[in-house]
Amino acid sequence: MDEPTDSAGTMHLPFLLQACGLVRRAADRVLLQAVSLDVRGGDRIAIAGPTGSGKTLLLRALALLDPLQGGQVRWHGDDVRHDDVPKFRSRVIYLHQRPVLAEGTVEENLRQPFSFRVHRERRFDPALHRERLASLGRDASFLRKLQRDLSGGESQIVALLRAMQLDPEVLLLDEPTSALDSHSSQAVERLVDSWFSEQPERLAVIWVTHDRQQAHRVANCVLEMNGGSLQSSRST
Amino acid sequence: MNGYVELSYLQVGLAALLIVVNGAISIGLRLRMERSLFLASVRTVVQLLLVGLVLEWVFRLDRWHVVVGVACLMTLVAGLTAASRNRRRYPGIWLNTVVSVWASAWLVTAFALFAVMQEIDKWYQPQYAIPLLGMILGNTLNGISVGLNTLTEALATRREQVESLLALGATRWEAARGPVRHAVRTGMIPIINSMMVVGIVSLPGMMTGQLIAGMAPAEAVKYQVVIMFLIASATALGTVGVVVLSFLRLFNADHQFLYAQIDLRINE
Repeated sequence: MDEPTDSAGTMHLPFLLQACGLVRRAADRVLLQAVSLDVRGGDRIAIAGPTGSGKTLLLRALALLDPLQGGQVRWHGDDVRHDDVPKFRSRVIYLHQRPVLAEGTVEENLRQPFSFRVHRERRFDPALHRERLASLGRDASFLRKLQRDLSGGESQIVALLRAMQLDPEVLLLDEPTSALDSHSSQAVERLVDSWFSEQPERLAVIWVTHDRQQAHRVANCVLEMNGGSLQSSRST
Repeated sequence: MNGYVELSYLQVGLAALLIVVNGAISIGLRLRMERSLFLASVRTVVQLLLVGLVLEWVFRLDRWHVVVGVACLMTLVAGLTAASRNRRRYPGIWLNTVVSVWASAWLVTAFALFAVMQEIDKWYQPQYAIPLLGMILGNTLNGISVGLNTLTEALATRREQVESLLALGATRWEAARGPVRHAVRTGMIPIINSMMVVGIVSLPGMMTGQLIAGMAPAEAVKYQVVIMFLIASATALGTVGVVVLSFLRLFNADHQFLYAQIDLRINE
């Protein structure tokens, strides 16, 4: 990969996120075979590959959601452990393929993360959401909609708004549009794009996708995953 | 204790005949429960006769180590039963239920024997120690079993919800507090319900026994009040204990949810 200068890595644009030789085994199968990946501010990476190739597991591993059998995830050059994990996950947010929302209104769902200790300094900001919703052609009444009345696309939008309001540095998107129609898919892509454009030097996004066209549309670099390995065909 | 009528085995047998009622219903409605009914009847008779013999022996010996030995055995069986009733398993579940039953039931029984019933001659007097522990164990076992089942079921079915909270920066506790609270609450509901209706809908077994044995109702009631509070506190302690221990087993210090540890038993 591109010369990781390790401890002296601060000399130029530092890595936001690094995966170093991630290994994941289950029973007698190797699900991730020593996967390494460097993510810098400004990176928009798409990961393509067949079903079962380990794309989801890689994203989950990057968010430290699963115990690993080898390797490590570094955030700004440092190991992340124990008590730092919630803070890390509040900046590097993984979004499930099918979003899981709690019962209640959209606004209640958006407020939920503010009950966590890691976000106690933050306040829920309805104006921010109204602005982002307006860019999708929706008004503030969306905030009062009930979770059970949301379509798949609307749920995905709520999940994105919920993550974006926390000012993440990296979004890990696990096929966010795979179950959506083209209209909803566009809305999701637009939302992510406008978030990214706010501070393109500081932020990064990794998409897992089946769709090659989408991969080239949303990313400036497409990686291929196969049999638990990441092919390092880094095409910019 | 001479205010009661001794039963002959013939009279006991007469009562046992009532099982025909269950049998007739089973046959009439084709419930196919005859075998279980028969087995249950035989077990009731054999287990109780055996425990009668064991208790006679323990009461006669009247030694602290015998009492403690019997108490250990009862506790161990209660702990293992609590885990075996659970539909979902995880490694270490047995240890967790045994530890929870042990700590809660023994703590509360000790409080009863040393603090509440100070006048008894010796703390290990089997006439008090064993029935008290037995009643506490039976109820704690239920609380633990219900709490454990609720927790594992909630975590297994709400995996994505728990994980999406973790992914937004929740600590393991913040992500699991919904299922944890739900489990503790559910484990405590039965004892609260029985405290609500005790004396109105039901006369508890122990009180009934003391009344038959000739104790004055006002005295029997005092014992029952004591036992209700003992049971309630032991159930609460045991339920919280098993839920917290399970939580610690299913979430690690890196705030990861180890859902793969939960197995579903298919032989139901």
